Amino acid sequence: MAKFKMHMLVCGGTGCRASASDMLYKNLKKEIQEKGLENEVQVVTTGCFGFCEQGPIVKMIPDNTFYVGVKPEDAAEIVAEHAIKGRKVNRLLYKDPVKKEHVSDSRHMGFYKKQIRIALRNCGLMDPENIGEYLAADGYEALGKVLAEMTPEEAIQVVIDSGLRGRGGGGFPTGLKWKIAHGVKGDPKYVVCNADEGDPGAFMDRSILEGDPHSVLEAMAINGYCIGASKGLIYIRAEYPLAIKRLKIAIEQAREYGLLGNDILGSGFNFDIELRYGAGAFVCGEETALIHSMEGLRGEPTFKPPFPAQSGYMGMPTNVNNVETYANIPVIFNKGAKWFSSIGTEKSKGTKVFALAGKINNVGLIEVPMGITLREVIFEIGGGIKGGKKFKAVQTGGPSGGCLTEKHLDAPIDYDNLLASGSMMGSGGMIVMDEDDCMVSVAKFYLEFTVEESCGKCSPCRIGNKRLHESLDKITKGQATLEDLDKLRNLANVIKDTSLCGLGQTSPNPVLSTLDNFYEEYVAHVIDHTCPSGKCKDLIRYEIIPENCVGCTACARNCPVNCISGERKQVHLIDQSLCIKCGACMEKCKFNAVTII
Amino acid sequence: MTKIKSLADLKKMKADLQSKIALREKSENPEGRVQVKVAMATCGIASGAKEVMEFLVEELEKRNIDAIVTQTGCMGYCYAEPTIEVTLPNQEPVVFGYVDKKKADDIIEKYIKTGELLEGIIPVNYEKID
Repeated sequence: MAKFKMHMLVCGGTGCRASASDMLYKNLKKEIQEKGLENEVQVVTTGCFGFCEQGPIVKMIPDNTFYVGVKPEDAAEIVAEHAIKGRKVNRLLYKDPVKKEHVSDSRHMGFYKKQIRIALRNCGLMDPENIGEYLAADGYEALGKVLAEMTPEEAIQVVIDSGLRGRGGGGFPTGLKWKIAHGVKGDPKYVVCNADEGDPGAFMDRSILEGDPHSVLEAMAINGYCIGASKGLIYIRAEYPLAIKRLKIAIEQAREYGLLGNDILGSGFNFDIELRYGAGAFVCGEETALIHSMEGLRGEPTFKPPFPAQSGYMGMPTNVNNVETYANIPVIFNKGAKWFSSIGTEKSKGTKVFALAGKINNVGLIEVPMGITLREVIFEIGGGIKGGKKFKAVQTGGPSGGCLTEKHLDAPIDYDNLLASGSMMGSGGMIVMDEDDCMVSVAKFYLEFTVEESCGKCSPCRIGNKRLHESLDKITKGQATLEDLDKLRNLANVIKDTSLCGLGQTSPNPVLSTLDNFYEEYVAHVIDHTCPSGKCKDLIRYEIIPENCVGCTACARNCPVNCISGERKQVHLIDQSLCIKCGACMEKCKFNAVTII
Repeated sequence: MTKIKSLADLKKMKADLQSKIALREKSENPEGRVQVKVAMATCGIASGAKEVMEFLVEELEKRNIDAIVTQTGCMGYCYAEPTIEVTLPNQEPVVFGYVDKKKADDIIEKYIKTGELLEGIIPVNYEKID
């Protein structure tokens, strides 16, 4: 067997593949072969490294050199310089946005410093299509131990003791959920993995399934043993083709090795897993809607109780957990409940994966211990706000969450703190906004999403959200009154209180939290008919400041509707009746002569 | 592929497979381990650094020493190639010159195992910024 001295880990996540990382992999392999190094250097496709902002990523082992933005044509240089001569390719190293210095070792990057990777432990470390690599990293040992040494009750107690809570949004204690499903009589029972990741901008579940599918399979088998189910189903959206492909490969390999199927590891326990595809509806992340969709019915929620544990898939007892929740399970059994519960805060244990997005320097996927502050996440891991602008707000929990502000930055992040401050953990989306973002428009944007995704079954959600959206639209057009703001708040509260499922119960959160934290911005729209951030087109106009205008004609040449007039070297003028407020003139002006009023 | 029949089988299989990814897991935490850097520039390779590196990788594993062997560029001691730099946990790095297989064997047995210094140490003549 070849003894590799060096491993080149090439990211094979969806993000990096979109930037041709599969071509890069092929080129690296080819170069290695041509140089006769195939027995010394191993090139491996791995799951996501999380640093999607600057993909494709190549990480060199053992020296931890972290190359970013690598193109297929860079392969020859990496092999010739790094693999043969041991010299780092400086131009491909990550550059610290603040210090403007190259950082070669990934462990010294601000992005990774504060992270603790449990759910993402194998992403970016191993080949997801090779069960051997998973087995080498304690894979399926947790399942083996549970089957050989524990009763279902004992295993459930481990999960309860770990303090793990559902990572899909609600934060329900996972061990308790298993205990309830265990206690209900019925045959067959089902284990369902919720891989219907619907929050816009959140992609941790996809990354786990693409980078470490076996950990989810192993956890589902443990779950099956605990509650007495022999059938597992993964509900995954059809728009995740790579995750589906790797899951299929993983299931096939696990069956081949006898880790799924009959009499697993000689214990007499049978368990197998199948995939079910979803069409990508946000509401199908709700467990009852998800189950109905799997049954071939419309993806609509039903009233709880009965809970899925009592009557779920095909009317039988069913336990539904999210991908990230499952990814934590094998580690809890391998390292112990005590170890797991030593991380995090009093009521929220372990870590949480967040998808950082928006006006932030390091966009990507991060996993941090519960109890870390928003400030650490945004300014240390995220590298601060893009372009040196001022931080304004951060939306956590996707469209169901709320906007948090400067005053929340130093509060520890956990399920309960986020709820108390008017937002929620959700599945872990985190969108950062800067001073240029209009909070009314942001609330309107999220409402657009929920209006579109409402299944229409209950009226508060179907009609109420539509009305909310209309009110917001009115505000952004400067046609609302202060009375409308009170109505907006009342309606939002009614929708929250009376909707059938989590979608409607949380959809007014962006409105309520922006009303609470940015009321003055609403008032500015209503009373002064202005948009302080200059985003609402109906409330602003672009004008040229005569003192600054040198008559370079740049604005006039770039105006898509030709509404700017003026001779060369003369002050220009914008015709307001024709202007579509696209902002192209302001962008092109080098003399700061265009302003928003 | 025959199926894995028991937890014991699974553990055995893991032991066989572990070496495949050991390098990746080790590199997550190099500080607690012996780190060996082999200068592999043109001058080093011409003097046989490649063979020395292979020897080190194999022997360290055979002798059950938890170490990471990496290659690096020219360290500037071209007259004394092959050169290697050895960093024991919590100690300053030490550079050895004229390292052939026999010398490498000595370094493993004496310096790495017991911390005993040997002939052939090159005094560090510059400061590094990391």
